[in-house]
Amino acid sequence: MDARTRRRYFVNSLMLGLTGVCTLLTVSILFMILGYLVWNGGKALDWAFFTKLPKPPGEVGGGMANAIVGSAKLILLASAIGIPIGFLAGVYLSEFGGRTFPYIVRYVCDLLNGVPSIVIGIFAWTLIVVPMKHFSGWAGGAALSLMLIPIATRSTEQFLRSVPLSMREGSLALGASKWRTVASVVVPASMTGVLTGMILGVARIAGETAPLLFTCLGNQFWSDGFNTPTASLPVMIYTHAISPYDDWHRQAWAAGLVLLVLVLVSNIAARLIMSRGTAPGS
Amino acid sequence: MASESPSASPSPVKLKASNMNFYYGAFQALHGINLQVETNRITSLIGPSGCGKSTFLRTLNRINDTIKTARWEGEIVLDDESIRDIDVTNLRRRVGMVFQRPNPFPKSIFDNIAYGPKVNGFKGNLSDIVEKSLRRAALWEEVKDKLQKSAQALSGGQQQRLCIARALAVNPEVLLLDEPCSALDPIATAKIEDLLLAIKDQCTIVIVTHNMQQAARVADTTGFFLMGKLIEFDKTEVIFKNPSRKETEDYITGRFG
Repeated sequence: MDARTRRRYFVNSLMLGLTGVCTLLTVSILFMILGYLVWNGGKALDWAFFTKLPKPPGEVGGGMANAIVGSAKLILLASAIGIPIGFLAGVYLSEFGGRTFPYIVRYVCDLLNGVPSIVIGIFAWTLIVVPMKHFSGWAGGAALSLMLIPIATRSTEQFLRSVPLSMREGSLALGASKWRTVASVVVPASMTGVLTGMILGVARIAGETAPLLFTCLGNQFWSDGFNTPTASLPVMIYTHAISPYDDWHRQAWAAGLVLLVLVLVSNIAARLIMSRGTAPGS
Repeated sequence: MASESPSASPSPVKLKASNMNFYYGAFQALHGINLQVETNRITSLIGPSGCGKSTFLRTLNRINDTIKTARWEGEIVLDDESIRDIDVTNLRRRVGMVFQRPNPFPKSIFDNIAYGPKVNGFKGNLSDIVEKSLRRAALWEEVKDKLQKSAQALSGGQQQRLCIARALAVNPEVLLLDEPCSALDPIATAKIEDLLLAIKDQCTIVIVTHNMQQAARVADTTGFFLMGKLIEFDKTEVIFKNPSRKETEDYITGRFG
């Protein structure tokens, strides 16, 4: 074997090894996070976490029931605003837009998607918190919906676009209007995909902290309706983790674990729906 | 070769194109097409790929309107009324279309057939229409026990007959078929040809085909397209046995195309 061949073999195995190590690193990050959270959060998780209110600083025990309910309320509100708007905008982009306008909208959507979430929070604060003169669930839900809209729009558009043109033509050729074609053929044909995209989008915003910091602030107690400061899991993790109390740290781990499990479960559910929906002959 | 001898007596004109030019943006795809489709006859359009025959067919129900850059000039008349003046959804109900690749909706067999009547505001008994349409498309016996099953689970040939049944369910006056058998095997093709011959007494048929034997087997009248021009348009027998243009003869004898 001459020197040149040996060098080629060496470079070959070096690069193969390098790419392999980086791949392993990528997958191991998830498992490290998961393992760390399960280790620390699992010890901390107890039944009281789901049923009790937070105890005052320094006291041991209590839970985050208000934050779990609060997060659910905020996500519900954000979905109620973000999903219909994102869905209909996605339908417009895919089915009705001309050439230039959708191009601009798509670009704006992607930019909006890239806006740092803290900026979204400031925006919602200026627009809702300042005029109302207090923090509220409304402001928090609205801030989250601003993050959901571009995600929902783009994913709806992409799944609608994947429906073959021949489906649309088949419907139009029967004398159906454009809207009827979209509503009765295109949307049902892409429903599993659209649904999956929505679940992933909601899972994505469920873990957002920054937009909530100065919109719904947080709350150590139950909040009625949407008009008062509202507790949420991500903000609770933040405030508990930076506190000086050991028992609050413990609870922050537990909250982190619960949040991660929720997001993972919705991700897996989304994949399951997707794979069932695209099974052949279904 | 033609099992069905073309009727000698001319039939009333159903569709008439005069001086029709078609453009995709700056590209002119069709040049001065003049053509008459007779009622209850099968008219076939043949020619090599890219000759404009599908473009012409797709103008007859204005499905090409969905292409942003497409535009056409001249006149196309359906029963003495310009197709530009007919409301487009109404036009498409009267002029049905079957596409090259079977395109059943991802719905049940029943819902596929019922879709057309539903969107056109039909209020009567849908089951009757579904059965009647499937019978006309010679598919009823094969699917009558699985009407609620997904249409996409059918074989390619069955799917294409389903698409024909779907088109027939709204009782079109004209049925356009754009190479309906190009994705099918010979047995499925034969079934579709038989069914076209069976329904032509209720429906005027225009079929674009790559398959010259198919044109010879089913069509009463045949038009030969080449490079965006209608070279020759005559009774199928004449086109295949005694064409007057050299280009037509070269094409049907397989010298090119």
